[in-house]
Amino acid sequence: MAAPERVFTKRPQIMIKREWINAWLLLMPALLLLFGFTHLPAVQTVLDSFWSTPRGQRPAVFLGLDNYERMLSDAVFIKAMINNAIYAAITIPASIALALSMALFVSRKILGQGLLRMAYFTPTVLPLIAVANIWLFFYLPGFGLFDQIRGLFGLSPVNWVGQPSTALYAITAVTVWNQAGFFMIFFLAALQTIPQSLREAAALEGASSWVFFWRVTWPLIMPTTLFVSVNATINAFRMVDHVFVMTQGGPNNASILLLYYIYDQGFRFWDTSYAATLTVVMVVILAVVGIGQFFLLDRRVHYR
Amino acid sequence: MTTTAIKQTQVSSGSSVREISFDRILFVTGAWALALVWLLPLLYAVWTAIHPSAYETRFDLFAPLTLENFVEAWNAAPFARYFVNTILLVTMILSAQLVLCTLAGFAFARLEFPGKNLLFSLVLLQLMVMPDILIVRNYAAMSSLGLVDTILAIGLPYFASGFAIFLLRQTFKTIPKELDEAARIEGCTLLGLLWRVYVPLAKPTMLAFGLVSVSHHWNNFIWPLIITSSTETRPLTVGLSIFATTDSGIEWSIINAATLITSGPLLIGFLLFQRQFVQSFMRAGIK
Repeated sequence: MAAPERVFTKRPQIMIKREWINAWLLLMPALLLLFGFTHLPAVQTVLDSFWSTPRGQRPAVFLGLDNYERMLSDAVFIKAMINNAIYAAITIPASIALALSMALFVSRKILGQGLLRMAYFTPTVLPLIAVANIWLFFYLPGFGLFDQIRGLFGLSPVNWVGQPSTALYAITAVTVWNQAGFFMIFFLAALQTIPQSLREAAALEGASSWVFFWRVTWPLIMPTTLFVSVNATINAFRMVDHVFVMTQGGPNNASILLLYYIYDQGFRFWDTSYAATLTVVMVVILAVVGIGQFFLLDRRVHYR
Repeated sequence: MTTTAIKQTQVSSGSSVREISFDRILFVTGAWALALVWLLPLLYAVWTAIHPSAYETRFDLFAPLTLENFVEAWNAAPFARYFVNTILLVTMILSAQLVLCTLAGFAFARLEFPGKNLLFSLVLLQLMVMPDILIVRNYAAMSSLGLVDTILAIGLPYFASGFAIFLLRQTFKTIPKELDEAARIEGCTLLGLLWRVYVPLAKPTMLAFGLVSVSHHWNNFIWPLIITSSTETRPLTVGLSIFATTDSGIEWSIINAATLITSGPLLIGFLLFQRQFVQSFMRAGIK
């Protein structure tokens, strides 16, 4: 049995140092991989964008901002950015509105609640690449579901994914369908936190459910709406799997999106330094979204 | 069926019955219409997959049923191998994530050390700038490591998940410090403490994250497409895309059967564990 005083005087210093070492050892494996495959490549991507693509015997040459100048005068890049803006401008509000409606539908007792919830959520668990095949069949000119419905009204068949004016919107619809059910979950969680007493009080006051929604529900779920918006924004730049199956960015780049263009440049033309330049744009966009989230979101709500 | 719904509203709120029931009917109809639209693509896929190709666009209730499409799809591409690859992949990723992120999450939650805040913000950064978009540079990294076209290479960038570290840190922080101190007094080592006290209490979070992770990586496409080039490594998603885009005049009914085969296990798992699934996603989302 050691004298208790010695323990008291000696312990704090040793404990702190050992705690540091323990912490660093615990963190090391995760952080090494995290830095190795996220932070380091992000920095390297920025560096790569200032150099030319090494080809065969020719090593990379320092280009300065040449890649960026090329990018700004690249019609396909401009097209991809415009398309991606349209894609985001539709998928974000449409997914939020649908997800919130779904959550309102199933948040309280309703006929077939479990079945409805399942129906809304199911697309989320399916691979986007797989459902793209099903949708492609929907869009089939003449035979697909959409044209069959149009046929009932005597309208002529439309090549939905094969013509420039509709290809991007055909892609957009699939995205909204795929992700709305996922966002519903967050709204469901938020709706459950609204106290029942508020509902009762509103009923006593004779407020209609419409008034109740705009005056009570909507303001209370605002943090969730912002959180979902951020996720929808990220998805608008990340969800391009179905483009590979449905349009390959075509026809004539009508449905090309930024990430797909990065893939195209990096792995079809093997112009890695130009692909790196495009990736820098992507990283900047996502970083801006991240910083926006930091300032917009009430951190107490989400980072308890 | 509708009458029971109306009766319920009558019981719950006695006043202005007629108005409520009309609203209610509209509400229920809207909910069901949306659900139908949402399920339509899936129902359509099932329809074409279980009928001969002649009935692809002809809806006849008495159309003959067949499993022929599934058999043909299964034999037309090495789906068995793709299944093995995908299962290996998601198991590997999830195990690595759980081990690495539990250790890191615990350090962030309960230990004090210099650089803690900086390191944690760098972890959170990955929630925004994820490996999914750094494909060009990560391909170069894999190629210098000699890992191109291996299952390990598909999973490696996702082993250290910022999301998992964040989730587990939040969970560990809710565990009372008294438990921690009691175990320490009894002479528990740090790892023993983590294993005996923290891990058991974080099981619901781990299950939630596990479901999110498995479904995410089962469905992931672009990175596996880039990094794999042989049947021995390709996961289901990549295998399916190759199968469906070869212009060899494969019938839609067979493509749809293949589509259902690839999403089948996840779909069945989801239907069986629907409640846990939804709750898990909810937990993972709101914490």
